[in-house]
Amino acid sequence: MLSFISKRLAVALLVCLTVSALSFGLMFLSGDPAIAIAGSGGRAEDAEAVRIAYGFDRPLIVQYLDWIGSALTGNLGQSIYFNVPVTEIIGNRVGVTLTLGFVSFIVALVIAVPLGVAAALRPNGWIDRLALVIAVSGQAIPSFWLGLMAIVVFGVWYGMVPISGADTWRGYILPVIVLSYYAIPELMRITRSGMIDVLATEYVRAAKAKGLPMHLVISRHALRNAVLPLVSLAAVQLGQLLSGSIVIESVFALNGLGRLAWESLLRSDLPVMQAIILILSLLYVVLTTLADILNAVLDPRLRGAS
Amino acid sequence: MIQTVSRKRFTGMAALAASTALMLGTPALADKASNTLNVAFAAEPEPLDTYKIAGRQGLILARHIYDGLLYKNLDTGEIVPALAESWEFTGPLTMEFTLRQGVKFHNGADFTAADVVETLNTVITPEYGTRYSISVDWIDNVEMLGDYKVRINMSKPFAGAVEMLADALPIYPHEFFAENGSAGIAATPIGTGPYKLVSQEPGIRYEMERFEDYYAGSPKGGATIDKITVRTIPEMNTQYAELMSGSLDWIWRIPPDQASRLEGRVQIISAPIMRIGYVGFAPEAMAGDTPIADKKVRQALIHATNRGAIVEAFAGGASEVLNTPCNPAQFGCAQDVAAYEYDPEKAKALLAEAGYEDGFEMEMVFAAMPRPTAEAVAADLANVGVTLELNEQQYSSGIGKWRAKELPAFFSNWGSYGIGDTAFILSNFFGGGADDLVQDAELAEWLTEADTASDREVRAENYAKAVKKVADEAYWMPMYNFNVNYGLSNDLNFTPHPDEFARWWAASWK
Repeated sequence: MLSFISKRLAVALLVCLTVSALSFGLMFLSGDPAIAIAGSGGRAEDAEAVRIAYGFDRPLIVQYLDWIGSALTGNLGQSIYFNVPVTEIIGNRVGVTLTLGFVSFIVALVIAVPLGVAAALRPNGWIDRLALVIAVSGQAIPSFWLGLMAIVVFGVWYGMVPISGADTWRGYILPVIVLSYYAIPELMRITRSGMIDVLATEYVRAAKAKGLPMHLVISRHALRNAVLPLVSLAAVQLGQLLSGSIVIESVFALNGLGRLAWESLLRSDLPVMQAIILILSLLYVVLTTLADILNAVLDPRLRGAS
Repeated sequence: MIQTVSRKRFTGMAALAASTALMLGTPALADKASNTLNVAFAAEPEPLDTYKIAGRQGLILARHIYDGLLYKNLDTGEIVPALAESWEFTGPLTMEFTLRQGVKFHNGADFTAADVVETLNTVITPEYGTRYSISVDWIDNVEMLGDYKVRINMSKPFAGAVEMLADALPIYPHEFFAENGSAGIAATPIGTGPYKLVSQEPGIRYEMERFEDYYAGSPKGGATIDKITVRTIPEMNTQYAELMSGSLDWIWRIPPDQASRLEGRVQIISAPIMRIGYVGFAPEAMAGDTPIADKKVRQALIHATNRGAIVEAFAGGASEVLNTPCNPAQFGCAQDVAAYEYDPEKAKALLAEAGYEDGFEMEMVFAAMPRPTAEAVAADLANVGVTLELNEQQYSSGIGKWRAKELPAFFSNWGSYGIGDTAFILSNFFGGGADDLVQDAELAEWLTEADTASDREVRAENYAKAVKKVADEAYWMPMYNFNVNYGLSNDLNFTPHPDEFARWWAASWK
């Protein structure tokens, strides 16, 4: 198990390095950062001054090695736009994204798993149909549209929740609903199909035959087996909720990492961009590794294999 | 059995949803009742050190917090005293200022000559990294002549000097600034302005309160609104929702189609601004390789473009077709120049004269312009046989290619820093610098003369010559002056200005 984990970590590190190198190169393809930083009224002289001040005149590889060198010591550099350490900016914003991501994830799980189980117990029953409607609409409706509609109805018409911002917990209500609605379909469908497969197995029939009450059959035997693919998917979903909430953060004016990434890209704030990409790729790697380990704990067969 | 389980779960969920709905209250509205102006920007303001800010959002906040030595009254075009009581040119390269007495900073410190000397002498150093070198590179140094008297020694003649001193170069408290520098003043902004910053989450939220000890006689005086709250709301649709529900009082930069939809529910004001759209041609850079080097071709392209229709369809509001490479609102932007009316037949004739009766193909990069405007230009030119290869790019890469002389035509816009003087647009594009791909020696000479003369008549005369020549030679296809749509709550009085600096200190409730 230990060697399995250390191998996984080595691969993970390599993935992060590759991602950061690629993104570093890509950002320079999107335009001259010096001109972008000098602004739309900046003259050629201003751009040259910026180029020298931020070291953009050095070869790309030197700039990258320089950056990765200090990143390894925990120094992610200064934000060009805000002129403060990158870690400080990210520290200020990461809380919003973590709250939004984790709460949405929990809400999605709490709704998707029971609904998926219920749907699987009676395929084509009314709960299954309802679940299908939720799944199809959840995947079809763009989240920015749903967010704006929710704002109009619950914020403007009824005034039940704040329209934007996250000054109180009430500001999170609509974003969490919209974001979790986006995550529910996949989680629910994988629970449903997993449950249908497991319910048709011999050991479930045996459990039923020996007279176990249905809820014990489900919780002790069926769900535990059906949950394995769910764990892997959930890890990826959590990663997506944490890294992919740009649209939701913009619509609801929440100041999280997603919006910071997007704005930093627009204003060529390379150090911030780089740091966010590094953090998000690390996050993905950690989550998938955790999911593997969790699966190994849940499933003795995997433990043996590792 | 199976049904019991699922039903129980279901009722549980429904109950949870119902109880959640009950917990939600109604948000309180601010604005007129609490005398608070609620503002939203779509873009994040930069740290509040004016000298390092490029974006309008940060500059607007900064102008409420800090004051400059002078101030420009845009209604009359006059420069009026602010922190300086009076000023005069004591030589071709020296200006002397008598400062106002009894002015207080927000931290209680008295405003004196030391503040002016410390601030300006600091921001002109290259290490300080002032964002726009043009704003300070004309200052050689500042001397203290007394507690309330300073002299600015200029490093070169610069006609925009007085314009720059008019609220664009704020004065910081010298002790605090010397100790804490740019980062310190941005973290704890202290000025003499009509509003003081009471709290900020940089880029996200700012709270300002009216400064009770604001000096009498300030051109920025007379504020009646107690508090201003500024938030960043990136999604315009969210801004509209908040404006209509009453939790916002002031938003801006509403696209024309959205503005007409909001009209009637909230106040919508369209105001012209300094920024103008243009298509720049690069005859010199492309040296004979391109039809664009022929003046007749350039004239044909302008005749072929139905700019009136483009303005009406995509700019609307207070925008108009321009004939000059500058905004008519700018000093020196003479209007009696060659005008190229929409006339496709004439365009075809000119192309035939130039030997391009079958048309030609040409690349045009556009940046920071709405795509439909570029497509409309391309469609109009296609009618006379000219095929434009359109290419949309970020401003930085577009202007980069222009400076690298890789483009025959570049469609973008220029804001002149919001300053009403032709120097801030014409000299950049035709004065011989990196953005000048015409390299017309005569133009450069006139512009240098105009930029450096202190006599306004001499300046106006030389700018007029330059503006006329650019139009005659059709070096540019000027498009239109931009406008900005403001969305205001129904009980707010607010007057927009062409320099895009919102003056909330002059706003009031109806």
